[in-house]
Amino acid sequence: MKVWKYGDSINTDMLFPGKYCYTCSTIDEIKPHLLEDLDVNFAKEVQEGDIIFAGRNFGCGSSREQPVLGLKAFGIKAVVAESFARIFYRAAINQGLVLIESPEAVKAYTGSEEVSLDLEKGELIVGDKKFTFPPLPPEIKAIAEAGGLLEYTKKKLKKQ
Amino acid sequence: MPATFAEKVLAEKSKNDTVVPGQIVTVKPDHLLMHDNAAPITAKITKELDEYGVVNPELPIIVLDHVIPAASEKTAINHQKIREFVNKFQIKNFFDIGCGICHQVVVEKGLGLPGKIILGSDSHTCSYGAVGCFSTGIDRTEAAALLLTGETWLKVPQSIKMALKGKLNPPVSAKDLILHIIGDMRADGATYCSVEYHGAVDSLDVQERFTLANMGVEMGAKLSVFPVDDITKNYFNTIGVAQDSFEVFWADQDAKYMLEKEYDMSEVEPVVAFPHTVDNVKNIYEAKGIPVNQCLVGTCTNGRLSDLEAAAKLLKGKKVHPNTRLLVLPASKSIYEEAIEKGTIKTLVEAGAVILPPGCGPCLGAHQGALAPGEKCISTANRNFKGRMGCKDAEIYLASPATVAASALTGTISDPREVA
Ligand code: SF4
Repeated sequence: MKVWKYGDSINTDMLFPGKYCYTCSTIDEIKPHLLEDLDVNFAKEVQEGDIIFAGRNFGCGSSREQPVLGLKAFGIKAVVAESFARIFYRAAINQGLVLIESPEAVKAYTGSEEVSLDLEKGELIVGDKKFTFPPLPPEIKAIAEAGGLLEYTKKKLKKQ
Repeated sequence: MPATFAEKVLAEKSKNDTVVPGQIVTVKPDHLLMHDNAAPITAKITKELDEYGVVNPELPIIVLDHVIPAASEKTAINHQKIREFVNKFQIKNFFDIGCGICHQVVVEKGLGLPGKIILGSDSHTCSYGAVGCFSTGIDRTEAAALLLTGETWLKVPQSIKMALKGKLNPPVSAKDLILHIIGDMRADGATYCSVEYHGAVDSLDVQERFTLANMGVEMGAKLSVFPVDDITKNYFNTIGVAQDSFEVFWADQDAKYMLEKEYDMSEVEPVVAFPHTVDNVKNIYEAKGIPVNQCLVGTCTNGRLSDLEAAAKLLKGKKVHPNTRLLVLPASKSIYEEAIEKGTIKTLVEAGAVILPPGCGPCLGAHQGALAPGEKCISTANRNFKGRMGCKDAEIYLASPATVAASALTGTISDPREVA
């Protein structure tokens, strides 16, 4: 498991350039361009179970869900940031991508600490420090448990 | 209990007596805005649409604006799929290419109204707060789910009160004011919040309020909203919206705010947002003399008539400097028509401007006016992120229409007060 560390205000253009928005729609088309203008190695080297650490305002900018779809498809276990931009946060909920808002955990990671994450327990361990995060509100948990908003919606429609 | 604008609207629409920040409520938005992304949105739910249909054909508003006219076979197919969807499900509020930028169209066509809730799969959906509408951005998946169910959850936001005083000194404009505010608040200073403008708002017309509301998301805001006053009502008269077609909400005097700020508009000077973040705002003095290869007046932030006029005023009878190029995009067809009638377009073309169709054009780097490595552009848009205009090795500076026009005349970033 590798930790990818980035700074503040990683915006959606860095995560997925706008120029591809209307030409890349399938997940296979999206993946190679993920983080292209931020870190050329990311799409080549990322592996399932990796974690991203970032600073403030991660995902700011356009309403662009390709970064969320791409990170999820690459199997990113969680994005840990000091804070997230609103639309990105909502998009992550809707895709079931785990976001952890913890400025303390981000500060604790300087680049060499061992990192482990237990989603069940709501526990993130960075070096010798343990951080806990609260459970999701029920409305949002229901979406996560269904496997994302579309699955949740489809189930709901079937019941009606 | 005293309540803010956001608390009042969400309480009313979720049928609660009162709501508090942090509470999650279920609402049925009045409209769902989509643009060229309507094709990827509907593609997520093709089967379900066949089975259940669109929950309400009045719900969606679709405006083709992002890559218009189509730039390639792929983008043409995208538009084609949207037109098929519109016909199949009898979508009433459809605006094909050439009508304008979605946010401008929503307000101009009287769809963005006070007290309505509009969710849009575009981050600048917050623009309609200019006319007292509760509007904010969502993602594509959520838009797809809304097409099927017509309802979603919203978290009641904390609110921030921006008390404005004084008056802007032209050519200092609403764009300088909002860049000044964002420079102070920083890019995440209003994250998840509802930003309310109070105080001397009566010195700002609807076009200027639009510029302010539009950029709310650049400080992270969920909403950015103005009170509905005589200025708003006069605007509705001019576009033919009946006064009884909406309900006005506004904050109570003693509502609770997370933060209260005061800005004296008479102290604001021309400013420029330097690459690559919108909150990297500096006084024009620090930017003066930077050579620019491209100048852009337009986008949903500054493509209205007063913006084109501000540029034309400086350019009248003069020529764009040979070291640079000037692109102008009217934000909508009706603005374009008015600018033709008033001679504004003629002035701009004579000065050497290239007029692009009413749409997003170079703003998102998908086509038209893309930048080459090493080039610098000064633009009236709302974002200057790395790669935003198609090239990660180019630089984008954000400024007001007057500053951009002044820079087009000299080929370097210039103070409109000195060029005029
Ligand atoms: S003009 Fe630019 S910011 Fe506005 S909607 Fe179009 S792409 Fe987005």
